[in-house]
Amino acid sequence: MPKQQLDPNKWVSKYSDYLFNYTISRVSDRAIAQDLVSETFLAGLKSMANFKGDASERTWLVSILKRKIIDYYRRINSNKGKAEVRMNYGTSSEAEGDWLEERIADPFDKTAEDKMENTELGEAILSCLDQLPQKQAEVFKMKTILGYDTETICKELDITASNLWVIIHRARAALTDCLEKNWF
Amino acid sequence: MKKSFLFISCDEAKHICDKAQYGEASSWERLKLKLRISWCHITKSYTKKNTKLTDVMQKAEVNCLKNDERANIQKKFKKQLAKHQN
Repeated sequence: MPKQQLDPNKWVSKYSDYLFNYTISRVSDRAIAQDLVSETFLAGLKSMANFKGDASERTWLVSILKRKIIDYYRRINSNKGKAEVRMNYGTSSEAEGDWLEERIADPFDKTAEDKMENTELGEAILSCLDQLPQKQAEVFKMKTILGYDTETICKELDITASNLWVIIHRARAALTDCLEKNWF
Repeated sequence: MKKSFLFISCDEAKHICDKAQYGEASSWERLKLKLRISWCHITKSYTKKNTKLTDVMQKAEVNCLKNDERANIQKKFKKQLAKHQN
């Protein structure tokens, strides 16, 4: 298998959406997610010499991002921890050993698994979008994910409405094919 | 009544179907699409797949950067990249 090469000039255009989606599903804050993605690119740049070429560029960047997310949680948890020790765990002595999480956990809550599947699905969609021509992916994201109206997209990208619908049609067809192969 | 008044081509049906996914097809267009779906298996199959994609997109938690947010990241990164390359 040929060794993978790094091309930092294309990182932001190629991987920023994938990394952002990966991050926001784990930190739930747009601004923090953007900062973490930014930090990931910078850390990648600094550690380019460590890239062995065994993994793809994206996999390598994701591995850096994962460490950034862990560091972020360590930072906020060190502050949270101080608050938690002051919390009242309840008055019942029979509940000795019960952690707060057990007390508040809802046994009927099955959303965690669903959420994980939806997160994975989101990542699969973005992987498929990466395979589309840049213009198609851009228009599709603006229309479908960001929810911009047709007029705004046409103005921003300087295209006609009929052009937009042709692009959307091609993007949807390609995306459906890709998801049928990789997800459904 | 003219045939073309109610009957649409397959391509037109697909176009209406795409617009319908974003709530941008008029009632009249949706009626024409429904009529075509009733007898054209290609349109029916396309509509089914297209609707499934819409459902999947809604179900999935997909997020992406807005253009200005991406430009911001690009700007910061370009500065560092220039330093790195010099």
